[in-house]
Amino acid sequence: MAEEIDNSSSSSNKDSLRNIFIIAIFLCLVCSVVVSGLAVSLKPMQQFNKELDQKKNILRAAGLLAAGSDVGADGRSVEEMFTDFSVRAVNLDTGEYTDAVDVDTYDPIRAATDSSVSMGLSDDADIATLGRRENISLVFIKTNDSGLDKVVIPVRGFGLWGTMYGYLALESDLSTIAGLGFYQHKETPGLGGEVDNPKWKQGWQGVQLFNQNGRPSVDLVKLRSPVQSEAARYEVDALSGATFTTRGVKNLVNFWAGDLGFGPFLEKLKAQQMQASVGGQH
Amino acid sequence: MASQKEVLIDPIFNNNPIALQVLGICSALAVTINMATTLVMCLAVIFVITMSNLSVSLLRNRIPTNIRIIVQMTIIASLVIVVDEVLKAVAYDISKSLSVFVGLIITNCIVMGRAEAFAMQNGPWLSALDGLGNALGYSVVLIGVALVREPLGSGTLMGYEILPTVANGGWYLPNGLLLLAPSAFFIIGFFIWAIRAWKTDQVEEAEYEIAPNVQYKEAM
Repeated sequence: MAEEIDNSSSSSNKDSLRNIFIIAIFLCLVCSVVVSGLAVSLKPMQQFNKELDQKKNILRAAGLLAAGSDVGADGRSVEEMFTDFSVRAVNLDTGEYTDAVDVDTYDPIRAATDSSVSMGLSDDADIATLGRRENISLVFIKTNDSGLDKVVIPVRGFGLWGTMYGYLALESDLSTIAGLGFYQHKETPGLGGEVDNPKWKQGWQGVQLFNQNGRPSVDLVKLRSPVQSEAARYEVDALSGATFTTRGVKNLVNFWAGDLGFGPFLEKLKAQQMQASVGGQH
Repeated sequence: MASQKEVLIDPIFNNNPIALQVLGICSALAVTINMATTLVMCLAVIFVITMSNLSVSLLRNRIPTNIRIIVQMTIIASLVIVVDEVLKAVAYDISKSLSVFVGLIITNCIVMGRAEAFAMQNGPWLSALDGLGNALGYSVVLIGVALVREPLGSGTLMGYEILPTVANGGWYLPNGLLLLAPSAFFIIGFFIWAIRAWKTDQVEEAEYEIAPNVQYKEAM
């Protein structure tokens, strides 16, 4: 009862223009200080998480980290394993390394939306339905004592419901696929969503990316060709019940390995490696 | 005045925000595919409703009537951003799978509903209890839905396999429908049915009465 009386006596005061402004300004100040203070103080942790997540995705694609696990087979942490990799920016048109961007902060996917640093794709060339392609992308190169070990390239393309983002890892011959993994997609769970199925992903290991003419020719098929045949070298199982996702995966792999993707870069790297091995023999 | 115990316990089954008031359904559909995200979502909602009820109640005698909704909204939105930022910092994987749904707690009708309906009229302690109770009522339904969806939809619970799926060499063929949002509608429907069969006072009276059958000629 006492409270009610208190309420009614203060109600005229409470609804005054002055009080409205006081409360509004006070509340905005307090809320903005809390929110921005927290955002600033948590920023380093969030940035760290984001980078760790990217590193995990790259390691998973390269088959160095099991799905759902945070440490490698040899017990090394993600950070430690990633020190084997060097991150380089590549000009996709020329296939050369470039220093035009800072690899720590550069985001190729964002660059693709900026018309000054990307190119529009014609309908014929745009098999992965990207619309635009960035001029500079990143590659992740793992070296060991004997030289090049693995190369991981970012890939993306349209599936059924949206763009699928992933990484494609290649063995040191730059043609054998070491693994493919998607870290973001909107495919139907249970059908196209099976792109995350570890069993299906295993099927990518050892598949040849380029045919004898050097063209990217990965195919996802319902019925595999006989094991010894030439065609079987480029084949992966299709996903049952997910025709569009399957088509999208095939197209995006072939696009990013092709002339408009990392094709020129991989060719240059291959030539360099040949020279290095010839030079090594002298 | 309602007792503390009633305020806390009532919303769980007697006056469940989802089952009786049918509020907050949207997130119940979206985040219940697996248990881990569901639990995090429940914790986030528990924090937001309790804290928003508490803050609104503390300010209730000062909040001008004209701008009360926007004041409540600002408090709720700030709390939700706090939760979202903390999740991104400490549980990145889960925050990624919850994606926009943490942000959408702002528009969860339960939060706003409790602030406006209860916290504006009651003291801070009782309001906090009411917020907690309603959030628990919400959580009970969400956890119930996830408990059905995750095992039947993907053969796992909390990520551990409990029904070995055909894809992994087992015998269980997952039901794809349970991974899609409509399945949560069915489960919530069954849940409401079960609660109303148990507590018959929740059954609403029909809004109309079916007229007795008439002769064909009379209807002409």
